[in-house]
Amino acid sequence: MSLKQEMPEQKPEERIGNFDEVALGYTEQQAVIEAGRCLECKNPQCVAGCPVNIDIPGFVSRIKNKDFDRAIGILKESNALPAICGRVCPQEEQCEKFCILGKKGQPLAIGRLERFCADYERDAGVKSPEKPKSSGKNVAVIGAGPAGLTAAAELAKAGHGVTIYEALHEPGGVLTYGIPEFRLPKDIVRQEVDYIRNLGVDIKVDYVIGRIKTLDELRDEFDAVFVGTGAGLPRFMRIEGENLNGVYSANEFLTRVNLMKAYRFPDYDTPIKCGNKVVVVGAGNVAMDAARSALRLGAEEVTVVYRRSEAEMSARIEEVEHAKEEGVVFNLLTNPVRILEGENKTVTGVECVNMELGEPDESGRRRPIPIEGSEHVIDADIIIVAIGTSPNPVIFAGSEELETTSKGTIVVDEDAMSSLAGLCAGGDVVTGAATVISAMGAGKQAVATINRYIENRS
Amino acid sequence: MFYNILQTRNLVPDVNLMKVEAPDIAKAAKAGQFVILRIDESGERIPLTIADFDVDEGSITVIYQVMGKTTKQLTTLKTGETLQDFVGPLGTPSDIRKLGTVVMVGGGVGVAPVYPQARAYREAGNHVISIIGARNEEMLILEDEMAEVSDELYVATDDGSKGHHGFVTDIVKDILDSDQQVDRIVIIGPPIMMKVGAGVTASYGVETLVNLNPIMIDGTGMCGGCRVSVGGETKFACVDGPEFDAADVDFDLMMSRLSFYRPQEKEALESYNKKCGDDCKCH
Ligand SMILES: Cc1cc2nc3c(=O)[nH]c(=O)nc-3n(C[C@H](O)[C@H](O)[C@H](O)COP(=O)(O)OP(=O)(O)OC[C@H]3O[C@@H](n4cnc5c(N)ncnc54)[C@H](O)[C@@H]3O)c2cc1C
Ligand SMILES: Cc1cc2nc3c(=O)[nH]c(=O)nc-3n(C[C@H](O)[C@H](O)[C@H](O)COP(=O)(O)OP(=O)(O)OC[C@H]3O[C@@H](n4cnc5c(N)ncnc54)[C@H](O)[C@@H]3O)c2cc1C
Ligand code: SF4
Ligand code: FES
Repeated sequence: MSLKQEMPEQKPEERIGNFDEVALGYTEQQAVIEAGRCLECKNPQCVAGCPVNIDIPGFVSRIKNKDFDRAIGILKESNALPAICGRVCPQEEQCEKFCILGKKGQPLAIGRLERFCADYERDAGVKSPEKPKSSGKNVAVIGAGPAGLTAAAELAKAGHGVTIYEALHEPGGVLTYGIPEFRLPKDIVRQEVDYIRNLGVDIKVDYVIGRIKTLDELRDEFDAVFVGTGAGLPRFMRIEGENLNGVYSANEFLTRVNLMKAYRFPDYDTPIKCGNKVVVVGAGNVAMDAARSALRLGAEEVTVVYRRSEAEMSARIEEVEHAKEEGVVFNLLTNPVRILEGENKTVTGVECVNMELGEPDESGRRRPIPIEGSEHVIDADIIIVAIGTSPNPVIFAGSEELETTSKGTIVVDEDAMSSLAGLCAGGDVVTGAATVISAMGAGKQAVATINRYIENRS
Repeated sequence: MFYNILQTRNLVPDVNLMKVEAPDIAKAAKAGQFVILRIDESGERIPLTIADFDVDEGSITVIYQVMGKTTKQLTTLKTGETLQDFVGPLGTPSDIRKLGTVVMVGGGVGVAPVYPQARAYREAGNHVISIIGARNEEMLILEDEMAEVSDELYVATDDGSKGHHGFVTDIVKDILDSDQQVDRIVIIGPPIMMKVGAGVTASYGVETLVNLNPIMIDGTGMCGGCRVSVGGETKFACVDGPEFDAADVDFDLMMSRLSFYRPQEKEALESYNKKCGDDCKCH
């Protein structure tokens, strides 16, 4: 069984000194060799594992034949943002998990091939899309993350006038404010956004719905509304000392770094403090991004503290491996109980307990239980809390009640329609924090519903 | 997006007024809300209270004190120039209703946020007693405007150059000690003034509200940087506030959080001054 082609990467000791992309991408030769490993199965399992069912053997075989234009064409039939998905999808849980090659050896590097095609197209110059014939209908999209951008693109292709309202000053959602440059260069996100603008979509940044306009007003003004506002509200641990100076939510830390470019202070005005000893609480992609950003900002020691074990960590495997290579320390089965206070209400450390795994809980994962008497202190001057987020309720301010769950997510039916007619929702605001590709899939599905809704009413 | 600056005016030393074209924000704005602006691509997002709004003209007015890099750079912008970002109206509007008699207290540049609230309390049918203060007469802002929207207006200056010689809180105490029935007190100013004011009113049992001004980034509730402790609970000032019941606020925590980036703020200002001295012509 052959091994997959190694991804060319910046060396760990080099890359912790910069914010440039870590994974450099396959060369053409590597891509062709890798594509050659594909068995082109009659009944490809990988396709079923992809949330948007890309014709994987189809695009891979075109790479093998060096027909890269056709390969990217096939990808784009199912996935509008392959340059992004190829970089950030958790392939090991999706397409690659089901690849038959993985049964005996390493699965095909589908994500890397996807990225190769998208980068190839970018280098060759993306063609501007044709503007479709106008339907005379107008749709509002709230939030310019993967869900909203995908929905906007699909709506525009259907001929509707589309206005995106985005709260921040840059479109992209988590792709812009959350995922760091070294994993997803912002030029790529900007290029995808430009493509959507070229479809005729009007993107209004600096518009916080619920404040400048209400959902109700938008429902009156437009023929339909799509809500893709994500899950941006950071959760804290509710332990002593959590409001001390030096405690950040991962959202704040990453927003300062990515959206505000604090890593280029003082050329950019927004400051950040990363300290010498940083503790990151949590073990998802968000925690890995925060930990690796802290290293790059100059922290001497970065420790990830997580109450479960490695098997339960939700981050992409590649990111965990990268973090380890870069020197991030993992204190697993460890849970913070108290943040310690020094002078001027500043953090000096965090008291933790060790945990052991008990019976499975509602999530199906084994429940962590504190071990009595195992309290210990980890010194820290910065603590970054990355234990999850939920939907930001600001969008609902001043509007008719919409059905939501106890977790604050919007309730939708199988067609992505909410409890209010003509209002669809998708992405993290419906599922809670999930993935880029699932948010995109939801955006696309909602558009099918919106198109039907608009047609039925006219 | 770019936002046109319609007017700039120096009010008193180091305090300027700026009117910005933002028709949608003007339509939605209510007293007690604020905007966040960013001057240019490399700029910081800073919050400023909406000091006035005009739906017909489609404008928002802010009044700011020069504190550091961003506010200093703001002073170089002229009518006809633009801001890159101007987001709002943010925050939960103040709880303004007819209560009876409301005492409005503003210190320094804090008079700016007091003004639209005083006007709204008056329009809601309250008897409005306003107390405004500054270091000295030269630094006092919006005296005429406040007189117009108040039934009674008192002035205090630290050096006695105008009105009462002392603090605004001295006058608050005098009013509370008199027979005057007071239904609510609103205090807006530097954190230390709000803390002292809250201490003064606490023993009288009159509801006292303050507007908090912690460091903010997005102003929409997505970062938690603006969190304050109110009645032992963590609140995000940008969405749960900025108005809170003064008796419950942990002012010491807020003040220490406000000072967290002092060294960086100094560095940013120095680096700006070096690049762009006082007589800089690049703007
Ligand atoms: C640090 C980090 C790393 C991640 N890494 C990965 C990864 O490697 N792979 C992966 O698949 N997933 C990853 N995820 C998850 C993934 O990014 C999200 O699931 C995805 O972005 C959700 O898309 P969305 O469009 O639903 O929401 P978002 O991307 O959250 O976009 C929502 C947008 O709506 C805007 N908005 C919110 N409220 C309002 C309002 N009231 N008015 C106007 N606009 C509003 C927000 O500003 C935002 O721009 C990561 C998440 C984070 C935070
Ligand atoms: C809701 C709210 C309303 C406000 N309204 C007004 C107003 O109407 N007029 C006015 O003059 N000022 C107001 N402020 C304060 C104003 O935002 C700060 O003075 C300004 O951000 C200083 O920026 P700078 O770069 O000039 O100075 P810096 O040197 O960066 O900071 C000076 C001090 O201002 C505070 N500060 C710094 N950055 C921020 C930030 N991003 N957000 C909040 N505070 C910060 C810190 O305490 C800091 O020590 C308000 C603040 C808040 C939160
Ligand atoms: S979009 Fe994601 S799941 Fe689908 S093929 Fe690409 S990497 Fe795999
Ligand atoms: S400023 Fe970010 S949550 Fe308030």
